[in-house]
Formats: sequence, C-alpha cells, structure tokens
Amino acid sequence: MSTVQTSMPAQAVAAGEPSFWSRLSGNRNWAAFWFMLPTAAFLILFLAYPLGLGVWMSFTDERIGRAGAFIGIENYQWLWDDSIFWLSVFNTLFYTLIASAIKFAIGLYLALLLNRHMPFKAIIRSIVLIPFIVPTVLSAIAFWWIYDSQFSIISWSLIKLGVIHSNINFLGDSDWARASVIFANVWRGVPFVAITLLAGLQTVSPSLYEAATLDGATSWQRFRFITYPLLTPIIAVVMTFSVLFTFTDFQLIWALTRGGPVNATHLMATLSYQRGIISGRLGEGAAIATAMIPFLVAAIAISWFGMQRRKWQQGSNND
Amino acid sequence: MSSVQIRDVRKSFGNFEVLHGVSIPIEDGEFVVLVGPSGCGKSTLLRMLAGLENITSGTISIGDRVVNNVQPKERDIAMVFQNYALYPHMTVADNMGFSLKLRGAKPEEISTGVKRAAEILALTPLLDRYPRQLSGGQRQRVAMGRAIVRDPQVFLFDEPLSNLDAKLRVAMRTEIKELHQRLKTTTVYVTHDQIEAMTMADKIVVMHDGIVEQMGSPLELYDTPANQFVAGFIGSPAMNFLKGAVKVNGAAYFEGPNGVRLPLKSAPANSDGKPAVYGVRPEHFTIADDGAEAEIVVVEPTGSETQVFAKLGGEQVVAVFRERHLFNPGDKVRLKPDPALVHLFDDSTGKRLNS
Repeated sequence: MSTVQTSMPAQAVAAGEPSFWSRLSGNRNWAAFWFMLPTAAFLILFLAYPLGLGVWMSFTDERIGRAGAFIGIENYQWLWDDSIFWLSVFNTLFYTLIASAIKFAIGLYLALLLNRHMPFKAIIRSIVLIPFIVPTVLSAIAFWWIYDSQFSIISWSLIKLGVIHSNINFLGDSDWARASVIFANVWRGVPFVAITLLAGLQTVSPSLYEAATLDGATSWQRFRFITYPLLTPIIAVVMTFSVLFTFTDFQLIWALTRGGPVNATHLMATLSYQRGIISGRLGEGAAIATAMIPFLVAAIAISWFGMQRRKWQQGSNND
Repeated sequence: MSSVQIRDVRKSFGNFEVLHGVSIPIEDGEFVVLVGPSGCGKSTLLRMLAGLENITSGTISIGDRVVNNVQPKERDIAMVFQNYALYPHMTVADNMGFSLKLRGAKPEEISTGVKRAAEILALTPLLDRYPRQLSGGQRQRVAMGRAIVRDPQVFLFDEPLSNLDAKLRVAMRTEIKELHQRLKTTTVYVTHDQIEAMTMADKIVVMHDGIVEQMGSPLELYDTPANQFVAGFIGSPAMNFLKGAVKVNGAAYFEGPNGVRLPLKSAPANSDGKPAVYGVRPEHFTIADDGAEAEIVVVEPTGSETQVFAKLGGEQVVAVFRERHLFNPGDKVRLKPDPALVHLFDDSTGKRLNS
C-alpha cells in the first residue's frame, strides 16, 4: 500500500505538467513565435547582419584582402575634411530633391490623365509602365547612346532642325550631366509614381465628384478640395519610397557617368562604391554608406510624423 | 421652390435608348416619387434633372427656365446620393458648408446656414465629427443637411434609404416626409421600393423599360392601376393574376383556370368570351360559402395578419386575412374575391378593362 501511495503523486505530476519542449511546441502564444522565426531569420541574416557589419566596418581600416583594425571615427574625420565627399552629399540631395519633385508633378499629372475615360485605356496604362519594367542597366545604356557626345540623337535632331550648330556634350559638361542623369532617373521613376497614384485615384468614389459638381465646384476646385486631400495618404507613401529609391540610386549613375565629369554627378552610393570596392578601402566606403543612414532615417521620419494617418481616416468604417 | 416640367425626354447611350419619351409635370412643392424595377431609367432621369447626364432630346425646365444646357451648379438643385457621397476628409460642418464656401459666402454666413440646417436635422452635437465616426442613419441626415443648407429650388433623392437596415429605413422615411412637410421644397425621389413610394409620395410615377406606365396619387395607383404591370408592382404582397375569360351568361362572371368561377360586378361592354386576366389583391379575399374552393399550401402568420398561400383552380394565389384563422396545409377553404375590388386586364396588352 505504501509503495502505491508514494508512486501515485509522481505519476500525477508527470501527466499534469508537460515537458518544456511540448509546452513550447503546443502553446498558442508560442505558435506566433514559431511562425515568425523563418522570416526573422531571413531578415537578420540578409539585412540586419550586413547592415551591422557595414556600420562596424566603417569604424575599421579594413581593405580588400586585409582584415582591418578598429580605428574609431577616423574614417569619418577623414570624410569631414574631404571636399569630394561633401560634393557627393550635395549632389545626392540635389539629385533627390529635383528628381523627386519632377517625378511627383509628372506622375500626378499622368495619373489624373489616365484616370479619365479614354479609348484604349488599358493599353495606354500598360505602356506607361514600360520604363519601370526595363532593367535599369539596359535603359541606362540606351540613355548613354542618347547622350553620346558624337552620336546623340538629340543633338542630331536639333542640328537638323537648325536649333543648334554643334553637338551638346551631355555627359561631359557638369550642368548638362546633372540634368541628363536627373532626366533619365525621372523617366525611369515616373511610372511607379503615376501608377500608384492612379490606384489611389480609383479609390475615390465618382459620386464625390458628382456631389462636388452639384455643390458648384469647378474642375480645379474638385482637384483642390476633393482629389488632393483624399490622395495625400497615398502621396505620402509613394513619395517616401520615391525619395528612398532616388537617394540610394547607383545603377543609372554608374552606367551613365561613373560620377563624372569631375565628380559632378557622384552620389554617395557611387562614391562609396568607388572608394570601397574599386579603390579597395572598404572601411572608408562603409563610412560613406553609413553616412547615408541619417538622411534616410530623416526622410522616413518626415513622412511618418508629417503625413501619418489623418484624423478623418480614424474611427470605425461601417460602409 | 419651383415647378419642374419634363417634356418628352429621351436618353440614348450610343445606339441604345433607355428613356423613350418621358413627360412628367411636377408642381411647386410636390413630392414626386419615381419608382420602378432596376434598369427602368428612373435614376438616369434623375441624373438628367441634376445635370449629371445630358439630355438626348426633349426638354427639362425648372421654374420657367429650360435647363437642358445649364451647368449643374447653375440649376439650383441639391441631390442626396445613394451612398451619401459625404466628403470623408471634412467634418460634418464642413461637408454641409462646402457649397456655401464654394459660392464665396462669408464664414459667418456659412456657420449660420450650417447651424440652421443642423438644428432641423438634430445634427448639432455631431458637427465636429468626421463621416467615418457616424452611423448609417447619421450619415444619411448629414447628406440631407448638405442639401438643405443650400436652400435649393428642388431636392433630388437617389435611393437614399437603400443602404440602411429595415428599421432605420422606416424611421428615415418618416423623417424625410416630415422634412418635406416643413420645408415644402419640390422633391423628386427615386426608389425601387413601392412601399417607400406609397408612404411618401404626393404623386407616384411608375416607370418600366424607359416609359411612364402610370402617374397618380398613391391610392389612385392602388385602386385603379392602369395596367397589369402597375397592378403587380404596387401593393405587397403583390396582386394575384388568374388567366381566363369573361363570361356573360345572365350575370357576368369570370371563368378562371380549370373552369373555376370567379365573381365580377359587371362585365365590360362586348366582352363575352373575351380572354382576360383577373386581378385580385391578397387583402380582398374573404372566406365565404359561395367562394371558389382552394387548397391551402402554406400558412404564414405575422401576428397582425395571416398570409395564406393556396391553390385556386390549380394556380397558386396568396390571401391575407386580418382575422385569425387556424388553417393547416391541405385544408380546403372557399375563397371569395370582393367583386367590387377586382381588376380586369386585357390578356394581350395588359391594359385595364374595367373602370
């Protein structure tokens, strides 16, 4: 009897308290963790780790083929006194601001145009997307020929039309080069802005425009008081993305100008590549790349705080 | 306030004509309901009145001005949309004051106008809310408020209650009618719901396939429908139709399906043997010993009345009784239509035969 009595509670404990592992695999709260694990592992391995490594590298004097030693903020001190670095910062800001502003203006205009009823609407909408789906390097090479100092089709056409008398040195002159790369970037970036804004426009109920028409709004007033305010959340998102993409642009510049002439089109991304990979000074390249982070964070912060969900979007929606 | 004249209005989309010459006179201060099944052209007509669709031919005048080529904003009308079309990014007050703002009214004028309309509709506590924060009925009232603020010549309503639940729909129906009695603004109201039409209208216009089937007061349409379509459309449950022929054999009677004999007060002239459709409303059946024999199929008690589905001469009919009967499926009853209240329609044209 006594043996039975002592063994019974032990069995009860074993049955009532499952093992640590079975609790981990069976508990509903832990299930969420298990589902997140693959994605989290992927993000950590391919995003967080390289980013952390890059930031760490910017505090070392690592070169290609040679492990670096920690040198503190020496790379940054060096960059602080480097006029080419500051030129690239200016170029990047200039490039981003001008290109994004133009992309927004043209993209919005195109979206409004494509939102109207017109024949072959679907085909025209797909044509607008073409610049977006052509690989960047291919379009860059096409632009490279268009901007060629001797065989440029633009120069040729303008000469034939009698507007100018000699070829324009598109990529050889600082101002022309800046304008040219901005134009190429705008050409490539407009479809994204236009199609996204078009998607936003299509969520606006046509009856709102009819109501506004009956309320006496002109077409400009309908845009100003109905379309634009209703589109601001989409504008905020699309322009944040557009700014981030433009700020970090590399392919187009590298294929067209490699930062020239005389660094006039060097962006932070291209300078980082040139210093880090071509010249082999990984630490310095990483420092330039890391220096982009505050700008990107600032851009996201502006969109986050300045353009987050508006009051009218809050509350329940029981349509 | 002013009268509205719709004269021989036609509308085509491409080669497809959806309105085939519609004429409706609307008096100053009248509440007119356009009713009909979907696709009958009632909403198109309303939108033409608002200026949102152009007029293919014919004329529409508001007051004594032909408005065919007048811009919507110059027509001095206000419209309440089916989905309310409230501006989601504006507060209730801004929604209501938007038209005044566009007209260039002073801020004080706008706020006085908005306050006046808000008081009429009991919207004052909601003026600072956004449309998302309102219930369906409140949004509906804001939409009406937006119309009232403008003090227009004509109110247009495009199925304004169809997004509300049944209970709210009844409440808003009364509210709109009360509002009209108070403001006495000429109103054109579109709906597919004949009960809304019956309860609210001074004048109902029944439309079907782009033509006006009949125009008149609710009770005129109920008592003397001009044709079989109107007879079937107005009234709930719908009128029963039995095919057969008029017989004058001493006294007039109607020979229904399978020889069932139904009473007639009198036969139209020269109608002996004429094939016709006999119409009787469910509420005009009584149980009488000299009625026609029918077999009960389904009984639906609603409390206040009992709906009885029965086979009469092999055809299913529905009868409604105010008094309670304890019927069971399979029971035989004798149903007698009230001869003074039956309707006779031409078998081929559907036109009314008796007066």
